[in-house]
Amino acid sequence: MAFDKMELRDIEVWDGNFAAAQALRQCQVDVVSAYPITPSTPIVEGYAKFKSDNYVEGEFVMVESEHAAMSGCIGAAAAGGRVATATSSQGLALMSETLYQASGMRLPIVLNIVNRALAAPLNVNGDHSDMYMVRDSGWIQFDAFCPQEAYDLNFIAFKVAEDHDVRTPAIVNQDGFMTSHTAQGVHTMDDDTAFGFVGEYKPMNDMLDFEHPVTHGVQTEEDWHFEHKARQHNDMMTVVPAKIDAAFAEFEKLTGRKYNQVEQYDMDDADVAVVCMGTSVETAREVAKEMREKGIKAGVVGIRVFRPFPFMAIADALKDVKAVAALDRSAPGGTAGALFNEIAGSLFNTDSKMLLSGYIYGLGGRDLTKKHLVDLYTELQANADAGKLLTKQQQYIGVRGPKLAYL
Amino acid sequence: MLEIRWHSRAGQGAVTGAKGLADVISTTGKHVQAFAFYGSAKRGAAMTAYNRVNDEIIMNHEKYMEPDYVFVIDPALVYTSDVTINGKESTKYIITTHMSTDELIASQPKLAGKEVYTVDCIKIAQETIGRPIPNTPMLGAFMKISGMYDIEFFKESMQRILGKLPQKIIDANMIAIQRAYDEVK
Repeated sequence: MAFDKMELRDIEVWDGNFAAAQALRQCQVDVVSAYPITPSTPIVEGYAKFKSDNYVEGEFVMVESEHAAMSGCIGAAAAGGRVATATSSQGLALMSETLYQASGMRLPIVLNIVNRALAAPLNVNGDHSDMYMVRDSGWIQFDAFCPQEAYDLNFIAFKVAEDHDVRTPAIVNQDGFMTSHTAQGVHTMDDDTAFGFVGEYKPMNDMLDFEHPVTHGVQTEEDWHFEHKARQHNDMMTVVPAKIDAAFAEFEKLTGRKYNQVEQYDMDDADVAVVCMGTSVETAREVAKEMREKGIKAGVVGIRVFRPFPFMAIADALKDVKAVAALDRSAPGGTAGALFNEIAGSLFNTDSKMLLSGYIYGLGGRDLTKKHLVDLYTELQANADAGKLLTKQQQYIGVRGPKLAYL
Repeated sequence: MLEIRWHSRAGQGAVTGAKGLADVISTTGKHVQAFAFYGSAKRGAAMTAYNRVNDEIIMNHEKYMEPDYVFVIDPALVYTSDVTINGKESTKYIITTHMSTDELIASQPKLAGKEVYTVDCIKIAQETIGRPIPNTPMLGAFMKISGMYDIEFFKESMQRILGKLPQKIIDANMIAIQRAYDEVK
């Protein structure tokens, strides 16, 4: 059965959800098994419409829950197809058991997570609690800061995940509403160029290859479990980072758009820096430029690849900075923020004397304003000038009520 | 940077209007952003949508905005929402109402001293499109007040954006855009 190609303009005005849906179409995903949840629904809805309009040759499987959605993806991936889905928040929470199945079975599924707060209290708006919840699930995690990147990173995710030396599923994160429902100009690839980048799906150990019978999802108990998990981790630490860099390089050659595991902006001579993820990276970039006009050497570090965590690269990016803020858009539930801990860990056994402070911000979609960031850079500069932290190590940005600080 | 805030009720087409405007502007080489505050608002609930336009790529993702233009596409929102919030001295207001600008300001003193334009987008939409969807007429009024583009160029661009709708509806929208352009005061 042949499918139709779609004519796209060089720049389309798309929101992050539609950009991701277009990428799934251009990758000619074989199976999408999905259950709707705000704000990710338009991604799978988009794929379903492309399929019914004959723009994609594939199957859309409607299931009864997110747990079943990922189970369907696992079955289809084990059978030997290119597979994707999307979810958010509570949907991801319900799906989380099966995420560990997918990564343990080394099935290269691509999952778009449109980041949203976790209840209670119920809230459909964007924060990173869902992203953080599955950070140790054995999936590669990319993070998009705007709709263009939600489009681009889907292609890169398939490319890396399906590599026969990787065979590990990948998540593409984008901020709920701030990216998913924000329309901006997106530079497109034509259908042939886009498909050419990911290429035909090459199955490995597929269950529908009856000449070579295989077993998926076996029970190992104490005898082999550890070796499987050690190998999975070993590949994340030693194989995946180089494959990601190779995919980034090939994508740059094709489109001119360059990605890095750790994105650095105005960092060459920075005295103070903010480390964050999602749309906040771009807002901070704009504020850093404005701070420089006021004489504060401000920079921004964006985490493009959250797993495998670019431990050495982040240490390298921050080693000469005097004061750094780690911004976590998730409630840590009784400890320092996850990014604070990751960054602290990466710099602990180095000579860096950098002053690190952590901030919890933006929960449930609370706005991160440019004014907040101006105040933050000013506070970091004061720390740098004093040569010590003038605040506690953990504070909030943008929460109402009396000032709270810990650690 | 040009910034616009829309006041609307969910279902009146503010998001479609904001995205349509962004699409038209994008074709002229400028950078655009269109977004909205939804919450879990249901049809009929008050909501806001936003546009940003700039010559350089737009990286600001804050929701906070001090708009250059405020569009109000439902007449009652002037009384139930604060449409002047975070306004500047130079902010221009284009408001859907059956009243004259003077009558409107008399009925909502918060608008006194501000640059206010009025046009009855609801009536125009009902008489042309046959449904009270005031988004495209508001854009016609905006073209008049801002002088952003020639109205013929704007209508041609909107024809492409509305392309999937039946021709009868597209034609009605073109008349609605032109009428609002001519009638806004």
